[in-house]
Amino acid sequence: MAQLTLDKESPMLSGHLGCPGCGAAIAMKFALQGLGEKTMVVLPASCWGVISGPYPQSSLKIPIMNMAFATAGAAASGLRAALEMTGRGDTTVLSWAGDGGTFDIGLQSLSGAVERNEDCIFVCYDNEAYMNTGVQRSSATPFGMRTTTTPGGRWKRTRKKNIVEILAAHRIPYAATASIGFAADMIAKFKKAAALKGGSRFIHVFASCPTGWRIPSEASVKVARLAVESNVFPLYEVEDGVRYTINHHGRRKVAEYLEGQGRFRHLSAQDIATIQAQVDAQWAFLRRRAQEET
Amino acid sequence: MKQVHEGSHAVSEAVRLARVQVISAYPITPQTHIVEALSDYCADGRLDARFLCVESEHSAMAAAIGASLGGVRAFTATSSHGLAYMHELLHWAAGSRLPIVMAEVNRALGPGWNIWTDQTDSLSQRDTGWIQLYCEDGQDALDTTLMAFGLAEMLNLPVMVVLDAFFLSHTYEPVDVPDQDSVDRLLPPFAPRFRLDCEHAFNFGQMVPPARYMEMRYNLQLAMQAAEAGFAQLAAKFEELFGRRPQAVEALACADAQIVLVTSGTVTSTCRQVVRDLRRNGEKVGLLKIGMFRPFPADSVRRHLSRAAKVAVVDRNFSFGAGGIFAQEVRAALCNRQGHAPVFSYVAGLGGRDITPRTLMEIYDQTRRTATPPDESIWIGLDAEQVKTWRN
Repeated sequence: MAQLTLDKESPMLSGHLGCPGCGAAIAMKFALQGLGEKTMVVLPASCWGVISGPYPQSSLKIPIMNMAFATAGAAASGLRAALEMTGRGDTTVLSWAGDGGTFDIGLQSLSGAVERNEDCIFVCYDNEAYMNTGVQRSSATPFGMRTTTTPGGRWKRTRKKNIVEILAAHRIPYAATASIGFAADMIAKFKKAAALKGGSRFIHVFASCPTGWRIPSEASVKVARLAVESNVFPLYEVEDGVRYTINHHGRRKVAEYLEGQGRFRHLSAQDIATIQAQVDAQWAFLRRRAQEET
Repeated sequence: MKQVHEGSHAVSEAVRLARVQVISAYPITPQTHIVEALSDYCADGRLDARFLCVESEHSAMAAAIGASLGGVRAFTATSSHGLAYMHELLHWAAGSRLPIVMAEVNRALGPGWNIWTDQTDSLSQRDTGWIQLYCEDGQDALDTTLMAFGLAEMLNLPVMVVLDAFFLSHTYEPVDVPDQDSVDRLLPPFAPRFRLDCEHAFNFGQMVPPARYMEMRYNLQLAMQAAEAGFAQLAAKFEELFGRRPQAVEALACADAQIVLVTSGTVTSTCRQVVRDLRRNGEKVGLLKIGMFRPFPADSVRRHLSRAAKVAVVDRNFSFGAGGIFAQEVRAALCNRQGHAPVFSYVAGLGGRDITPRTLMEIYDQTRRTATPPDESIWIGLDAEQVKTWRN
């Protein structure tokens, strides 16, 4: 098995304000290992608005522009234009939004930005609910999850929105999924995205949230790995909106992934079977997209 | 050089001369002509700028904020619902202390759906921390836009240049368009006090605890307080270069006036004629044009109104449950001064209804005949039958 060594000198500093085991913090560390220090981060309202530190501190060595919730795509576009007008076009603009800032309130401005094929890397670090405000459901919340706005027996009965398909439908040069459970794959994808400079690149990062998912903090990475291994969150890439490549084939059952996560504890065997069927159908759909034999 | 331009294009010319580097915009009537012209200038190379066709006004302001924090001169334009949609980001721009300039063409808010002029859209944004400058005619629109960039960058505050829909935005007039060299002397290349920079990394717009937030707000207010003096300083330089002196507040025949009419926007031009006519008939009437609404130039207003026996404010706007908005500001400016003149509040011309010399004459007569102003605003030209039909 190949060994992965993380850079000792990371643009992300220790002492950030993430919860123990925060997948979003791990995600940033991996992303910046791929992108390097010539990067500027646009941060709409999200957990990362806290993790990055209150005035006058910062948990990143690179410039950060915090912005209003709905604006990541547009703010990154304006910054991109300014960098080009001031001879700094080689700087990477990294738009770093949560699932709320991508799937919900930020979708319009993101769609606008990628339709213009803005030369930025747009990341959704997805912890599957509004975690910063106390675990409310978003359109990235999966079927079956309990949140504070889908409580008790009213757990979420609709499926998670397929954000990569939406981005791919804009025919952008590069869209991909990545996971904090697959560090080498994730860092390689950020390097690849950086190398594809010139147009819009989108990376959907699976970032576990021990607090909101009701898992032990040390289980963060393990749960993220299981999401990929069970094909709940497949790793794949879409080039120019049409060329699909699956990076990893999971062999495990969904039940193994759901087990031990407090957010799914209420599900019956039948509910779990429903989710397994959804995942199987989605996996088959993805494999057809990738022109794999099914 | 004198050229014939509509008010919108007077703004576009000023933006071109200011060498703006990033423009983001979304179409809305009656603002669209401003950015259409700028789009042409970017396309044909007359302006070296990036033009971002964003998907909403919310994004137009977000992109302007991104560009401005990236260290360039940024501009956008909007109207009415577009401005309302931007509201959150107006706060963000001012709180970030970014010198963004925006042209805002006053248009009524719906429903009823109405594209004609009404100041309630911009005045609803009065507490966002933006400097607001109201224009009277095409020349004023061009001059004020140039002043706006200088003032914004002097104070690190965003500036809204406000124009009446159609009466100004779509009306063609001769406008003196200055040469590029002179404008370059007024507006040297933008040198941001801070910007996003990999060599000097900062975390902008982050969380600020209660122990620090209030001081940031106070500093913003200190910048606002410096705006009128800053305007005058810039106006002196402007006059040296162009032979005209922009004014935050202009007093016409106020020195010996018994009644002073207070106006803003294009109504001012109509009022100039009315004041001339009344003066010819021996009436002691004056005119106070308020160009700068935020910060409200209270000292100047007090000074010019100190000798008046009565003040009549004409508002093409309304704050429901309160009254005409300029009237409220004038009253607030005067209220702590002993023996100040009573302030009459008149509301006229909402949703683009004409304010003619006759309207203003009626306002003058009513003020002259009435000893004490009523507490409520006086609505001019209401059709009683229509009011009755729709009454609760």
